[in-house]
Amino acid sequence: MRWSPSEEQDELRRTVRRFLEEKSPVTEVRRLMETREGYEPSVWKQLSQELGLPGVHVPEAYGGQGLGFAELGIVLEEMGRALLCAPYFSSVVLAANAILNAGSESQKQELLPGIAAGETLATLAVAEPKGRWDAGGIALEARPEGSGFRLHGEKSFVTDGASAQLLVVAARGPAGIGLFHLRADSESVERRPLTVVDPTRKLARLGFKGARAESLGDPAGGAAALSKTLDQAAAMLANEMVGGAQRLLDMTVEYAKTRVQFGRPIGSFQAIKHKCADMLMSLELARSSAYYAAGCADESPDELPAIASLAKAQCSDAYLELAAEAIQIHGGLGFTWEQDVHLYFKRAKASEVLLGDPTYHRELLARRWGI
Amino acid sequence: MAESVDAESVRREVRAWLEANWNHDQSLVEWRNKLADSGWGCPTWPREWYGRGLPVSLGDVVSEEFDRIGAVGTPGGGGMTLAGPTILEHGTDDVKQRLLRGIVTGEDTWCQLFSEPGSGSDLAGLTTRAELSRDGDEFIVNGQKLWSTSAHHAKYGMLLARTNWDVPKHRGITYFALEMHQPGVTPKPLKQMNGHASFNEVFLNDARVPVANAIGQVGNGWAVAQATLAHERRSFDVLQRAARGSRGTGRAHEELRAEVADMMAPYTWYPQRAGRADLIVERAKATGRNTDPVVRQEIAKLLSLARSTEWTARRAKAARVAGRPPGPEGSLGKLYASDIARACSRVHTLITATDSLLSGADGPLEGIIAEILVSVPAVSIAGGTDEIQRNIVSERVLGLPREPQSDHDRPFRDVPRNAR
Repeated sequence: MRWSPSEEQDELRRTVRRFLEEKSPVTEVRRLMETREGYEPSVWKQLSQELGLPGVHVPEAYGGQGLGFAELGIVLEEMGRALLCAPYFSSVVLAANAILNAGSESQKQELLPGIAAGETLATLAVAEPKGRWDAGGIALEARPEGSGFRLHGEKSFVTDGASAQLLVVAARGPAGIGLFHLRADSESVERRPLTVVDPTRKLARLGFKGARAESLGDPAGGAAALSKTLDQAAAMLANEMVGGAQRLLDMTVEYAKTRVQFGRPIGSFQAIKHKCADMLMSLELARSSAYYAAGCADESPDELPAIASLAKAQCSDAYLELAAEAIQIHGGLGFTWEQDVHLYFKRAKASEVLLGDPTYHRELLARRWGI
Repeated sequence: MAESVDAESVRREVRAWLEANWNHDQSLVEWRNKLADSGWGCPTWPREWYGRGLPVSLGDVVSEEFDRIGAVGTPGGGGMTLAGPTILEHGTDDVKQRLLRGIVTGEDTWCQLFSEPGSGSDLAGLTTRAELSRDGDEFIVNGQKLWSTSAHHAKYGMLLARTNWDVPKHRGITYFALEMHQPGVTPKPLKQMNGHASFNEVFLNDARVPVANAIGQVGNGWAVAQATLAHERRSFDVLQRAARGSRGTGRAHEELRAEVADMMAPYTWYPQRAGRADLIVERAKATGRNTDPVVRQEIAKLLSLARSTEWTARRAKAARVAGRPPGPEGSLGKLYASDIARACSRVHTLITATDSLLSGADGPLEGIIAEILVSVPAVSIAGGTDEIQRNIVSERVLGLPREPQSDHDRPFRDVPRNAR
């Protein structure tokens, strides 16, 4: 386990940060969050072709850079910091990992290079309108037909589900939970963008009326692959949240140093200083668990399920706490549309619930630790 | 890794000396006098003062050789860890001549006389007064000190007292070596809310200290005190290391065990003070409370906090080793310890339920749970309150401005203070 980043990791962070500072300033975030697609194709292209980010952890054999989850976590942390509007989490974290975990060799050869090159936008559909993130909540049916399957049912809370070209769908087949893939423009798939609290991450509802799909790998082996994919995704979302939380602390401390009331900067009042110190404490714990979870995804698969849940719960709580305190310290201004804090608050609120809320993950943690 | 030439020759030298001089059948005092004469007891101290002038890294080589052969080192406690280094840094040659040797041999033990009932977080606001006697040879000291470990058997106290009331508070303090065994010095055990009495309060009524026992200049005591405080963090670690090293046989080791037991006695409740997160899961299972979903949530929260605090410490250490500039993670440990202790207390209560009413032999785990519940409040106060720690973090790590101070630029005489 690395406890301190390597020089290469530092360099990756600097590169991504520079790129995002230039390409995803908050004015762009505000513009894109009002659009239907929710991302800028020219920036996505640069991010893919110049930096190769969609392939950062995809093995070289499938067209990626062959780095690990630690590096993927760094990329996500920087994206969270910049509040980048892009289908990265959907395509690279959810869909690519589902394919890596479940797909046969030929499916990986077929599907991953497009994702790693940023040419295919993919996503993973797990939850349904009831909003459960565990296998028990999956009712969508995969009925065998010939060499393939037909999907019947509904998915919801699908990240970038309206813009994705390739769908990976968790469904209930004759042999249990499986993962299936299909083109999103298939005729019997209805896609409806949802109106969301956090407009920087688009969600959609998908209706499947007998859409033809192919099983990823063995149709009976989907439950384990899905579970692993969700653990990896929770660990990565934790890293993304740390980036946003750090940005909130930076904005808030800066504001507390410059905002003057009662003849002195508000940051000189203990009531404010102590809040800021508490924010830092929560942030650093969140960072430790997010980094450790990324390390587990790379090096300690047995530990990953428990630690991913630990990190997801802890980072969710921390991000939301920092966002709420950031608004509080910004005072009335913090509640305005014009001030940027609310953009992070909304991302924090959405990330708290996406993939399961902290209570759900703490129960998973307790189970996984055998308590 | 190959050792440097220096390390290798130091290792050879200390090994040869230990082989020639160490045996476990001598008395501690006899042995430590040999340490003082040879300089091997405190190898990083200067040659002229019982040391060998080695850099800290080579000091570690010497301790390794002591451990390897099972030889006893210099005593733990406030003398070696606090008073010694302070005197080395600030004492006159006369002070060093008179006071250092007894520290190294363990014949003179020391306690700290810093905090007062009226000055806790604001140590520089202390009001114990030291006034020059008529003949000008000594100071006469009046006041009350608090939280002094081992004050009842210490030979000397590291005393901070106010010698000038007409200057701002930091500039009127003097640091003294006070002889404890004299009529004007009365230590009394201070009973804590958990029933233990780990510390003393010390009453000073016309206690006398020779002018020659000032450490550093008169009026410069605040700077001298910083030297002591800088070493304070280490002193408990040193004590624990001494405790680990006291497993051998023979007279020297038997005497060492007695010495360590004496020094550790005030700290028997310290594990409980930290909250005993290690007992949580086992207790939850034993009581069956692990099936309650609310309890499960609280346990998961607490253990997440405890684990990620460990990881944060690992990150801080790795950054240090890698020579990176210290990040914020290094300054937060004490605050996390408070949070963990409080969370433990809450979760232990949740698990223990109504049995939380019971202590001693009637209480769960022979009273350990009750001791946790009534000891945890110490963590967020001892060694600097959480509130002061948050000030430090927000100023030094986050760069927030200091709060305006009302007592810095005027004579201490005019500063409002606690009624006596």
